[in-house]
Amino acid sequence: MNVMNGLAHFVNTLIETLSDVTPIVAIILGFQVLVLRYPLPHPGRTVLGFCNVLIGIVFFLEGLKLALFPLGELMAKQMTTVDFLGLANPLQSPSWQDYYWVYLFAACIGFATALAEPSLLAVATKAEEISGGTISALGLRIAVAIGVAFGLTLGTFRIVTGIPMYYLIIGCYITVIVLTLSAPKIIIGLAYDSGGVTTSTVTVPLVTALGLGLAANVPGRDPLVDGFGLIAFACLFPIMTVLTYARLAVWLAQKRNSNSSSS
Amino acid sequence: MWNNRLIKLIVNSIRDLLPILIVVLVFQLLVVRQPIPDIASLIVGMVCVVMGLTFFMLGLEQSLFPIGETMANAFARKGSLFWLLAFSFCLGFGTTVAEPALIAIGNEAAKIASQGGMIADSDSARADYAWELRLTVAISVGVAVIIGVIRILKGWPLHYFIVGGYLIVICLTPFAPREILGIAYDSGGVTTSSITVPLLTALGIGLANSIKGRNPVTDGFGLIAFASLTPIIFVMSFGILLR
Repeated sequence: MNVMNGLAHFVNTLIETLSDVTPIVAIILGFQVLVLRYPLPHPGRTVLGFCNVLIGIVFFLEGLKLALFPLGELMAKQMTTVDFLGLANPLQSPSWQDYYWVYLFAACIGFATALAEPSLLAVATKAEEISGGTISALGLRIAVAIGVAFGLTLGTFRIVTGIPMYYLIIGCYITVIVLTLSAPKIIIGLAYDSGGVTTSTVTVPLVTALGLGLAANVPGRDPLVDGFGLIAFACLFPIMTVLTYARLAVWLAQKRNSNSSSS
Repeated sequence: MWNNRLIKLIVNSIRDLLPILIVVLVFQLLVVRQPIPDIASLIVGMVCVVMGLTFFMLGLEQSLFPIGETMANAFARKGSLFWLLAFSFCLGFGTTVAEPALIAIGNEAAKIASQGGMIADSDSARADYAWELRLTVAISVGVAVIIGVIRILKGWPLHYFIVGGYLIVICLTPFAPREILGIAYDSGGVTTSSITVPLLTALGIGLANSIKGRNPVTDGFGLIAFASLTPIIFVMSFGILLR
């Protein structure tokens, strides 16, 4: 029974992933055959690799659904209930300080999920490869993960306090613009790309659960309207942390240079 | 040698997933102080996740990266701007329109819109709205990849575009309906799936590599940045026009 259920789930995920992949395969094949008319160099290896990607995504999603999503959702729910907050006076409505565990949880889960995000792995690997090791894949991923942690903390804080989203978002945009104008040009593309990739397979479902749980349990919030917006913060903050990381790296290198030349 | 590589990939996957496991366990046992509800599924699930990540990384190097780069090279050799741009648009549009996360967000958005009285409170109106929203986002990603590819070809600096895009978002925000703001901002983040990202990255880097005078690090990245910025602008405009 259990096994059958699991199998049915598995097939479902496979079909979902296939329907996501089919247009991509169709476009690549279509252009390859009709426009480029240039054979792929290793057709066998490419097909095998594509199957590996497909199997990988299906197993990855299936495992997350089995192990992490239920637990993550349960925890998000438990941590946002009034019981958990442990107020001295249960009738008093909780203030934003009472949700400190939620902020900490948001920060930790954001950091951890960003490190496991396959898209980010792909971009970081590529960046290390083409920069000849100047950009370290792990360093980039940690910078991004710190960004997601900050973003989610601010996002949950916004849901708890009910500050209108656009104030914070516009504030973030202005910060990003200022950082961009003074950042080393070489990192800008990578920084912006890493903002977009942080939120896919792992982060979105967990974060959505957290946002909806919070919005449902905090008095005066509407899950439909306030549940959104966490992803936006999780995309914006990595841009800032990567730009800052790059500036820091350049600054440290300059300092080291000037030290070695003066001594 | 191949076995060594596989073992290294598996070890890396475990290392990448360990933080999630630690966070979840520590919070569940020490903060919430509840037992783990189903240890068996947790273990089986984690094994699946490790396997999944390993296969994904294996396939990435075998196919997604090479496909993106070979096609970028082939288009550069062919020298037809029209076909390159057509391919760019299709890739952006095709990968987004079927994206499960976007479908989910579209349906949520339709619910909000019908609650807020922006559209009729019927299933068909909601389905139409969700479909139009998805189409809007998919077209915006297609346009984004076109702009991104032209930028790589011309070697224009990325930050002008991005700063310009953000300024447009800031200017549009006061005019957009409140209900759509959260969805608009989020729609930028959900458009990029685990298959789109490697393909777009490889396409950008491949193009930057095959054009003289372009640096793959400075010029190759940025396609995903556009793909996560234009949906915000398009969805806001969609909200403004529908009002």
